[in-house]
Amino acid sequence: MRRLTRLLAAMAIVVLGVTACGTSNQASGKIGGTVHILGTWTGGEKDSFDAVMKPFTDQTGIKISFEATRDLDAILQTKIAAGNPPDVTGAPGIGTLIKLARAGKLPTLDDKLDVSALNANYGADWINLGKIDGKLYTLYAWASLKGLVWYDPKAFTAKGYQVPKTWDALITLQDKIKADGGKPWCVALESQASSGWPGSDWVKEIVLSQSGSTVYDSWWQGKTKWTSSEIKQAWTTWGKVLGTGDANVYGGAQYMVATTFGDGGQGLFTSPPKCYMFNQGSFITSFFDGYTPKPTAGTDYAVFALPDVNPANAGAHVVSGDAFVMTKDTPQSRALLKYLATAEAQDIWVKRGGGKIAINKQVSLSDYPDAISKSLAQVVVDTKIARYDAGDLMPSDMGKAYWGAVLKFVQNQGQLDAILADLDKTQVAAYAAP
Amino acid sequence: MDGSLGLIARLPALQVDWGTLVSVNLPTLLFVVLGVPLALVGYILGTDVLVRRLPKRSQPSVRPWVWVGPAILFVGLILVYPMVGTIVRSFFDRHGDKFVGLDNFRLMLTDNGVLIALRNNVYWLVLYTGLVLTFGLLLAFLADRVRYEKTVKTLIFMPMAISFVAMAVIWQFVYYYRPSDVPQTGTLNGILVNIFHGQPITWIQDTRFNNFALILIGVWGATGFAMVILSAALKGIPAELLEAARVDGANELTIFRRVILPLMMPTIVVVGTTMVIFALKAFDVVYVMTAGNYNTDILARRMYAELYSAGNNANASALAVILLLAVVPVLIFNLRQFRAVEERR
Repeated sequence: MRRLTRLLAAMAIVVLGVTACGTSNQASGKIGGTVHILGTWTGGEKDSFDAVMKPFTDQTGIKISFEATRDLDAILQTKIAAGNPPDVTGAPGIGTLIKLARAGKLPTLDDKLDVSALNANYGADWINLGKIDGKLYTLYAWASLKGLVWYDPKAFTAKGYQVPKTWDALITLQDKIKADGGKPWCVALESQASSGWPGSDWVKEIVLSQSGSTVYDSWWQGKTKWTSSEIKQAWTTWGKVLGTGDANVYGGAQYMVATTFGDGGQGLFTSPPKCYMFNQGSFITSFFDGYTPKPTAGTDYAVFALPDVNPANAGAHVVSGDAFVMTKDTPQSRALLKYLATAEAQDIWVKRGGGKIAINKQVSLSDYPDAISKSLAQVVVDTKIARYDAGDLMPSDMGKAYWGAVLKFVQNQGQLDAILADLDKTQVAAYAAP
Repeated sequence: MDGSLGLIARLPALQVDWGTLVSVNLPTLLFVVLGVPLALVGYILGTDVLVRRLPKRSQPSVRPWVWVGPAILFVGLILVYPMVGTIVRSFFDRHGDKFVGLDNFRLMLTDNGVLIALRNNVYWLVLYTGLVLTFGLLLAFLADRVRYEKTVKTLIFMPMAISFVAMAVIWQFVYYYRPSDVPQTGTLNGILVNIFHGQPITWIQDTRFNNFALILIGVWGATGFAMVILSAALKGIPAELLEAARVDGANELTIFRRVILPLMMPTIVVVGTTMVIFALKAFDVVYVMTAGNYNTDILARRMYAELYSAGNNANASALAVILLLAVVPVLIFNLRQFRAVEERR
């Protein structure tokens, strides 16, 4: 019996010792513990995210447990429904987040972040994009820009093509390229379960630039019908870019639907070029880096913003970004979100490239790795009308129907009326949900 | 080849940081690895002590129930209870608080997408089941006659061990499309263009071929399973019977048709009905390859979309009930046949 008592005493000392260590850690300003993050980054992007997290772990002692999925909406909703949410979620789209916030499943950030620092370092647009019904739920760390046209400056010079400054000039350039026997565009829509989204970028960019932000907002909010004249006009405008029977696009509809979005730019760099222009967001440079031979920014490719369809809406851009929400209020998740808002954290990914543009204004333009990313950061600074990607703002089933509609449209533009009528049906059902 | 490497990088799979996961979840892991077996042994020993206290006569009738009890409990909890819940929900609106009768079913069965999904499920039912059975039977029969039977069977069974998602990636290489002015890297288009001098085909997107292309992936995955079971049944046929037939002057084809096939029928029916259920449950291949686009949707994927994208419990439940209704007769038939086979042994 005596031996047992001694054993218990010894165990107690060990346990107390361990606890004591824990407290001494806290005394030195470290929070410790673990933060569970749900995100979508894999491969190179995951490496960059890890690099961003390293100083955070060093400073706070908080370990990172990261889980990546390409089906974030489903996984997140299941985890929350099961009462097992991650601490922080980094989402590429915010449709599901809006739904969760409205259902009261997310804590607000107004009282958890240093709002005065945020106001000082963030453009008002970016803070407002994070608000749902007037309350701050979402923190953006990096932006990416949509509606960018990539081209090979050498190919342009060889044929004497000029970067178009107006929409009419773009259409004229298209016709000229065709008259010279080339194909103006490469379009690639394949993206597994999300196939079609690159085409939806075209349409939403045209809606914003053609009909303005009021129509754009009421459209993603489900108040403007797909069959309305404004939205239909955006589709037909895109149809003119594609040409009758997709004649302006390399490989036609077959190539568009069968080619992975990341591979779509390959045609720019062949000799002779398969196509002269490729519309895709700023992130696409990370895919260009994977091409063989690897094209060089500036010499092999350059970029111009899609011209304004209607000059009245000049400076309008569709943006998207990495949205972070707190899915569980813990000291660790508060610390993480505060850290992600800092210039220090955002600067790490900016320097590593991959088309990330910091939202914190303290990140200096000189930190961007090349002239192209610097010019994109400048576009973000100069943007007059910033609107978040409409497809990501719509309810998830509306967004998916939108992508599916793109696939049907490029295969047969004549079906447009039937496609839009179907989208109207989905709109009624999708927005009726809570 | 950048395209194919890109495909792998974009695998829609969960990537888990195992190091952190294990260190964080070690207590849970220990609980599962040690605690669960302990609890099971404890349950068996503990209840047996209790049962032994009962009067001798009633012990034999109580003991089976004690043993089967946990199984019934779990099946009830995770199968019967959700099933009943799903059936009830299919008659209510999407918030689950207003009774709407058959409205959900009416809505789903008049939806264009659902009708296409139903048609595709029929394709799957007929072609998938038929092809798996045909190939399975043929391979079982042929493999029986060669020396290297084990090697052949192992190779053909191998796809069974691959997840559907990985299978889809493998077949993406087979079906890969590139425009006709560049060299083809996909297997099928490579053959089509280089040997038959045809135009490359977008196998996954072209609505003339895509459903069959997807079903073929499923067939490739399940043929090994059918072959192994059918081969076991084939080997169960007494050699004397076949010899007797040969002595009577029957040729191999007649033996196959008149002796082997009838004797194997019960097994074929069991494998066939299992395949029918697989066909009705098909989901992964379509989800990964086309997400239901280009007229390739099937009911299970649509159900998933209704539940997770649209958050519409009512429509999802209605589709689940439709699937259930389709499976139940097959299930009953399957069980009866299975019992018949057991009895004959």
